[in-house]
Amino acid sequence: MWSRILRTVTDDDRVFKALADPTRRFLLDLLFVRDSRTLTELESELEMTRFGVMKHLRVLEEAGLVVTHRSGREKLHFLNPVPIRLIHDRWIDKYTERRVSALAELKHELEEEMA
Amino acid sequence: MTTTTETTLTTQVYRVYIKATPEAIWDAITKPEWTEKYGYGGRVEFDLRPGGAYRAFASEAMKKAGAEMGFPTPDVIVDGEVIEADPPRKLVQTWRMNMDQEMAAEGFTRLTYEIVEGKEGVTKLTVVHELEGAPQLALLVSGGKESEGAGGGWSWVLSDLKTLLETGTSMDWQVALNQG
Repeated sequence: MWSRILRTVTDDDRVFKALADPTRRFLLDLLFVRDSRTLTELESELEMTRFGVMKHLRVLEEAGLVVTHRSGREKLHFLNPVPIRLIHDRWIDKYTERRVSALAELKHELEEEMA
Repeated sequence: MTTTTETTLTTQVYRVYIKATPEAIWDAITKPEWTEKYGYGGRVEFDLRPGGAYRAFASEAMKKAGAEMGFPTPDVIVDGEVIEADPPRKLVQTWRMNMDQEMAAEGFTRLTYEIVEGKEGVTKLTVVHELEGAPQLALLVSGGKESEGAGGGWSWVLSDLKTLLETGTSMDWQVALNQG
């Protein structure tokens, strides 16, 4: 249980750290307007070296906020909204009445598989 | 394969890391007893071989919500065909949304699930949805119609899938939809 909590905290930390930088937020905004962009395209929007842009993209990728996907010969960058959604859902879940799920057996099954 | 510019502008990519086995994730995507427990909550029918049929059925909650909003819900809300099934690693299929006539008219899109086992029991699930010629569906699956009560699309579904597999519980469908 603790390992799960700690891991979750780490995932969220990565997201918040990635967001705590104006250049990285700018990159996310660019991808929000239109994603599936190459490094060269993203670089052209910033007053920064290619290496600098790559470094920021790596932080965003490690946080799961950017996902790269190959299309032919090109490596394209996509905005991945799932980590932000997870944070959103966790907070909403906290304050909404949830149905009591009868899925205890699934939890046990999966935990046994994990053990 | 069409040119990059044509495909990429209409492709959406989603990724989530889940503490579960690839098999558990595969089952959660392809088995009705699982699909009814997260996201939009309908049961699916998969003939897992190339050319095999795929159908997703409306859940009771979905039918009820549709009736309250004054429109009929078809029994088969999504249909398509399996292109490639490589359990528990890769599933490629066509996917057409029939909830709405305009979206149904946009025709079949292409959906790929990639499941990669990582370290410490954490598995990476990537969903690639190729939505060429389907702008209405693209808006729906990106969560752009959430405020209209149409759910939050793929990020919402995958977030819920992760929660279900890791904790054994999922969101309340009605509660989640009413939050839009």
